[in-house]
Amino acid sequence: MAETTPTAEPTRRDFLFIATGATAAIGVAAVAWPFVAQLAPDAEVIAAGAPIEVDLAPISEGQIVRVFWRDTLIFVRHRTAEEIEQAQETPLSDLPDPEPDSDRVVEGREQWLIVYGNCTHFGCVPLDFQGQYRGWFCPCHGSVFDTSGRIRSGPAPINLPLPPYEFVDDTTIIIGEAA
Amino acid sequence: MKKTLILAGALIAALAMPSGAALAAGDYVKPPRHSWSFSGPFGTFDREQLQRGFLVFRQACASCHGLEYVSFRNLAEPGGPEFTPGQVEALAADFRIQDGPDSSGEMFERPGEIADRWPNPFRNKQEAAAANAGKAPPDLSVMAKARTFERGFPWFITDMFTQYTENGVDYINAFLQGYVDPPEDLDILAGNHFNLYYPGQIVAMPNVLFDGAISYTPEGSDRPVAPETVAQYAEDVTAFLMWTAEPHLEQRKRIGFQVMLFLLVFAGLLYFTKKKIWGRLGEDGAPEYRA
Amino acid sequence: MSTHSPTYVPKSAGAKWLESRLPIIGLVHSSFVAYPVPRNLNYMWTFGAILMIMLVLQIVTGIVLAMHYTPHADMAFSSVEHIMRNVEYGWLMRYLHANGASMFFVAVYIHMFRGLYYGSYKAPREVLWILGVIILLLMMATAFMGYVLPWGQMSYWGATVITNLFSVIPVVGDTIVTFLWGGYSVGNPTLNRFFSLHYLLPFMIFGVVLLHVWALHVPGNNNPTGIDVKTKKDTVPFHPYMTVKDTFSATLFILVLCWFVFYMPNYMGHADNYVPADPSITPSHIVPEWYFLPFYAILRAIPNALLGVIAMFAAIAVLAFLPWLDTSRVRSGSYRPIFKLFFWLFVVVNLGLGYLGAMPAEGAYVIWARILTILYFAHFFVFLPLLGLLEKPKALPNSISESVLKKSGSGMPQGAAAKPQDA
Repeated sequence: MAETTPTAEPTRRDFLFIATGATAAIGVAAVAWPFVAQLAPDAEVIAAGAPIEVDLAPISEGQIVRVFWRDTLIFVRHRTAEEIEQAQETPLSDLPDPEPDSDRVVEGREQWLIVYGNCTHFGCVPLDFQGQYRGWFCPCHGSVFDTSGRIRSGPAPINLPLPPYEFVDDTTIIIGEAA
Repeated sequence: MKKTLILAGALIAALAMPSGAALAAGDYVKPPRHSWSFSGPFGTFDREQLQRGFLVFRQACASCHGLEYVSFRNLAEPGGPEFTPGQVEALAADFRIQDGPDSSGEMFERPGEIADRWPNPFRNKQEAAAANAGKAPPDLSVMAKARTFERGFPWFITDMFTQYTENGVDYINAFLQGYVDPPEDLDILAGNHFNLYYPGQIVAMPNVLFDGAISYTPEGSDRPVAPETVAQYAEDVTAFLMWTAEPHLEQRKRIGFQVMLFLLVFAGLLYFTKKKIWGRLGEDGAPEYRA
Repeated sequence: MSTHSPTYVPKSAGAKWLESRLPIIGLVHSSFVAYPVPRNLNYMWTFGAILMIMLVLQIVTGIVLAMHYTPHADMAFSSVEHIMRNVEYGWLMRYLHANGASMFFVAVYIHMFRGLYYGSYKAPREVLWILGVIILLLMMATAFMGYVLPWGQMSYWGATVITNLFSVIPVVGDTIVTFLWGGYSVGNPTLNRFFSLHYLLPFMIFGVVLLHVWALHVPGNNNPTGIDVKTKKDTVPFHPYMTVKDTFSATLFILVLCWFVFYMPNYMGHADNYVPADPSITPSHIVPEWYFLPFYAILRAIPNALLGVIAMFAAIAVLAFLPWLDTSRVRSGSYRPIFKLFFWLFVVVNLGLGYLGAMPAEGAYVIWARILTILYFAHFFVFLPLLGLLEKPKALPNSISESVLKKSGSGMPQGAAAKPQDA
């Protein structure tokens, strides 16, 4: 009878209990996975995020055009000579996130700046040509970007990031990459 | 008051199952059972068959029926016909897809992309109906699950144990081969056709499959990969429709087997654990809980 | 006898801090750890735990589905197909939810018939039983509205027929139906409100389930002998005895659920619901989900629409009055030889009504439906009241432990089994 031998196995968990408990734990983890996985972008959303082609020809100098890839805003900016010069001549020591302008544009096509259009602080869309450097100014918390899309002052920690893109010819770019 | 009467009438009519149902249910032949590669707990699709089925769909069905829940990309995904991505891109590019509006507000046409849905043959249901003597051909995406036939007692019970779930495909397969000569005394109105397996046996859809009409001979070969017969066409396109209706069938059955195996092991362990714990009960009952 | 205290004593400083402010661990401990249950409960008593698991499964899969579903008449059907095709494991979520609903009803019907057989509705458990009837009604409403959401042909026409049931109410019927629809027929507003309520009701079920458990824990469980717990010897603590038994039973139940989910996920549904809703064509053979079929058969058995609807609702409502319709003092059917026969007759009547509910309402089917409907109500209004007065029950055992030990132990000295309760 069980209680006549209280010292026989009072605390020892035998193999059976461990095996059952471990199996239960594996089961719970396996069940949890699909419930987490369903949160990921679904196949249609992924498929809809195919690269897009942008025709640069109609974008005149000094103009900023907004395009979307994967539902994310991208600025395509046709920079003026003055804006390019300003971006190139800013000393790196002035930059919170130092990065030369040449790293942010394609060599020989410096007039085209292509950057993500959401402020790197908390994602608001900065206003075109605003702020001290006539790049962008974010109305939410006052981040100021220059004509290379680099953060100059305000709370945004890093420069506006560059989406993956490449020039097909002089006036056409493909933005994005396969998922 | 009148509305009450109408509603009550509709209700009674709906509940009483008017004789039309009986008539429709009475006059048809039960489809014969066919053997499918995807039936049973370990069933998988036959890729070659799905590819042939797609060919039949495209040549015999697609001019009237849509496939709106299938995207081009699906045709290359695992568990389906598994065309190569290149083949699917080329296929999609054959179609002109309406897109837009562009920056000037105009709709425009562009070549299809793999993310596009299979284009409908008609712009809308009204056009489909107008082009087909008043009856719009139904979309085929989930057709294999949308059709069935009465199994009757006791089969609807035994089906649970034998996992017979191929009612829909057995019906479609039989239906596609069911265009036989009508009985002499049957009057069929113009635009209607006789089909052995259709409930009521009078159907608006004409026969579309004919021996040899669709070539199964690959380019650069002189022999077909499968018999070019109505029976083969019907089977292939039906299998294809099963895949369009249930694109994750293979994944489902594969995971199912793992789950069943796990649950059996777990239940076995629990059985012995339970026995062990309950075995501690003394005969005079006083239970002792030990942490 | 045991040195372990049945009440929870917090050990750590944190647990003590919490316990003196919100004694929730103690509550859980006394309800699901130390809670004494009769030691002779058979596997029929594991369905309470199974139902709890099923409710949680339905709520969790339902929340996931709601993340991907679109409650709009133009998009509902295609959003369900979107879930089936594009969402990662979406097919699994939907098939779990759809088949889970069916298996939920399998479990609840077994749970109810167990209560009917062992007299679990009798004093002092009337409130427990009535709360169960309320849960059943809420479940039915939830399941019905859930079946409308895919917006297939069966969804649409099921909604049309069932909402039209209310049109038989004199004077205000039409207005009620229009208000249910939010339009002049079943349409987008109907779908929207059904979605809203389908999301709400499970949480109401959850609330009533908590009351149900509370009402269970006051008198304690009934048991196969139907006699009251007399001493501690008659009971075992819930944990680990019932937890391990419930888990084992639930695993087998989930095995059955998975059989359907993975191998025949559409077996319990209707092919017509894969045809998008079309207000201009009614499917030739409309039937509700299988779990409504017995009630549907009763509805159709009666030629008058108003009386049919009343009979259908009465068939469920009568359950609430069961504690007072059954006049027998003996709880368990095991000790009632004639009741046992009528119980199984009642089971057959329900299965028969279920079968007839799926058949067309014509010819012999109607006659049979009427006979079985009469038998259904006779069970409550004639057989049960009379049986209690006329039947001579078998002798009851003295105690639960006596009945257990008699059954299990041949090597048991008789004296030990009949030992008076001195613990």
